[in-house]
Amino acid sequence: MSRAIPVSRLAETFERLRSRREIGIIPYLTVGFPARESTLQIVPALVEGGAAAIELGIPFSDPLADGATIQRSSQLALANGVTVRFCLETAAELRGAGVDVPLVFMGYFNPLLQFGLERFVSMCAEIGVDGLIVPDLPPVESGELADLCRQFGRDLIFMVAPTSTDAHLEEVARQASGFVYCVSLTGVTGARERLDEGVGPFLARVRRHLGLPLALGFGIARPEHVREAAALADAVVVGSALIDRIGQAASDRQAAAARSFIEWLRSPLTSSTG
Amino acid sequence: MTLGMSPRRISPLPDERGRFGQFGGIYAPVTLLPAIEELIDAYQEARQDPAFQAEFERLLRHYVGRPTPLYHAAKLSREVGGAQILLKREDLAHTGAHKINNAIGQGLLAQRMGKPRVIAETGAGQHGVATATVCAMLGLECVVYMGELDIQRQALNVFRMKLLGAEVRPVTSGSRTLKDAMNEAIRDWVTNVRTTYYLIGSVAGMHPYPMMVRDFQSVIGRETRQQVLDLCGRLPDAIVACVGGGSNAMGIFHPFLEDDKVELHGAEAAGEGIESGRHAATLTAGRVGVLHGSRSYVLQDEDGQILEAHSISAGLDYPGVGPEHSYLKETGRATYHPITDREALEAFQLLCRTEGIIPALEPAHAIALAVRLAAQRRPDEIIVVNLSGRGDKDMHTVAQAVGVRL
Repeated sequence: MSRAIPVSRLAETFERLRSRREIGIIPYLTVGFPARESTLQIVPALVEGGAAAIELGIPFSDPLADGATIQRSSQLALANGVTVRFCLETAAELRGAGVDVPLVFMGYFNPLLQFGLERFVSMCAEIGVDGLIVPDLPPVESGELADLCRQFGRDLIFMVAPTSTDAHLEEVARQASGFVYCVSLTGVTGARERLDEGVGPFLARVRRHLGLPLALGFGIARPEHVREAAALADAVVVGSALIDRIGQAASDRQAAAARSFIEWLRSPLTSSTG
Repeated sequence: MTLGMSPRRISPLPDERGRFGQFGGIYAPVTLLPAIEELIDAYQEARQDPAFQAEFERLLRHYVGRPTPLYHAAKLSREVGGAQILLKREDLAHTGAHKINNAIGQGLLAQRMGKPRVIAETGAGQHGVATATVCAMLGLECVVYMGELDIQRQALNVFRMKLLGAEVRPVTSGSRTLKDAMNEAIRDWVTNVRTTYYLIGSVAGMHPYPMMVRDFQSVIGRETRQQVLDLCGRLPDAIVACVGGGSNAMGIFHPFLEDDKVELHGAEAAGEGIESGRHAATLTAGRVGVLHGSRSYVLQDEDGQILEAHSISAGLDYPGVGPEHSYLKETGRATYHPITDREALEAFQLLCRTEGIIPALEPAHAIALAVRLAAQRRPDEIIVVNLSGRGDKDMHTVAQAVGVRL
């Protein structure tokens, strides 16, 4: 079996965003939230709303990097019977339904380990899931998964934080591909009122070490945050604020609420570019 | 007798990446990595600093009351009718359990690192009490995370922590027990990492905690070794300790690891029985996985979701276990046995009745195992049990279990 040289959908997407001088919105959605099949309706709506890529959350019982919102969405998803296999099947259905933006899985390490790392990464490749984010797998522990991602042409996306030392950034520079997930603050996920004031210097420091596109996440909740981030990063990740919005909507309005939320976040961008 | 850490007996494991064979490691969010590296460096320095060692030893002696006695439970041994059972009396340490040894070591380290705020997780409340105690003594701010369910089970310890000036934050997520308290403590640490020292109470978590907590607790085993030599003129045939996260067991096992003739036995909480699914016997019934920063045995379902543990003893009610125990199991150096709630309760009553010692429910599991092992052995054999804590905190639980209304 011959495999074509993998062309990263993520690289293409960021290339396009850069050429348009546009910041991408990457929504995070826990698979199987609020109902088991919801993802199949909500993701296409997010894309219609203008999402540049989608982060699909694989729920875990003990999400220690997440705040209250994603803890709850994960618990609900697990109660809905969501498994790693179901997450892969959902991604495959989304591809089958014509969703063509990059899809990235965000999941804690243990469920992936139990599923089998090689089996998981190879199925991601088959289905067309482009990358992986594992919040409890720092570069020092990621060797095996990084090798598999290279072998199967997937991007392993690393996180960096304001506390990251220059040595950590160099380590990430050696291993990362796709984009780098910049954690905007020292803390867990969750909507915040304003961006941390240290974000500018932090991202400037990251840029000095890393040539990859930068996505800013944690605390992004409002169009003002997106406008502010546009000068600094290539994309923003929006998780808890979206989950909150979906959770508040009536069950037949969730997809529409998700779509209009992304449109609202993008409003400062669309109005300024015409 | 040496009370502190003697470098000679520190095992070469873990390696630089915090590995005991395939177990251990640093599976932590990136925000914490600099703090973890800072801690590794600070601990290495402290470990080699005679002034730090001297202060640790001084507090163990004058504040904790070490060395704790090694007591020959002659009446219990006669009743069992087998090997001689010796009790390492950690229940007589200040605050009533072995947890204080580690809390003092890490409290001194927090102070040395200039961290004004200490956080901790607690299950039974013994580690929370020990941490609150040390913070009061050293003048550090203290926040303790405790599962809502454990707060109900251990109201007395909650009150003790508050008296000692700690803030007790109830954890309402997940199973509302120790594992969730640990998640919440890690979230706090991620958020306040620049000012906060996370004082983990067991040999679990990411490197360097399993090593550091083991080293601070090894005072138990070093004293035991000397005391049993003084008392019996030889090393014991077996050592028995209960294992939740596993700090009291690692503390007493570690100085005996190279004494191949000394058997090491861990008693895990089998709750209502392994087959019932309601237990906390991680090494007996778990699989290798990653929880709370390290690779070790974990109670989990086939999809890698962490299961709730069940035990009558809140201190053993944890679905993980320290990575060094996984390594000792894998290499065959130690053996781990499931002990049910019922067996622990029987042993609890047996020790009360025969020796006038009310143990905590955690070491009651170790007593049950020791009684089982002793019954099969000759009277000239010696079994040492780590009696890791006293039972005052468990009066309500035991009364309820035996159908008495207080």
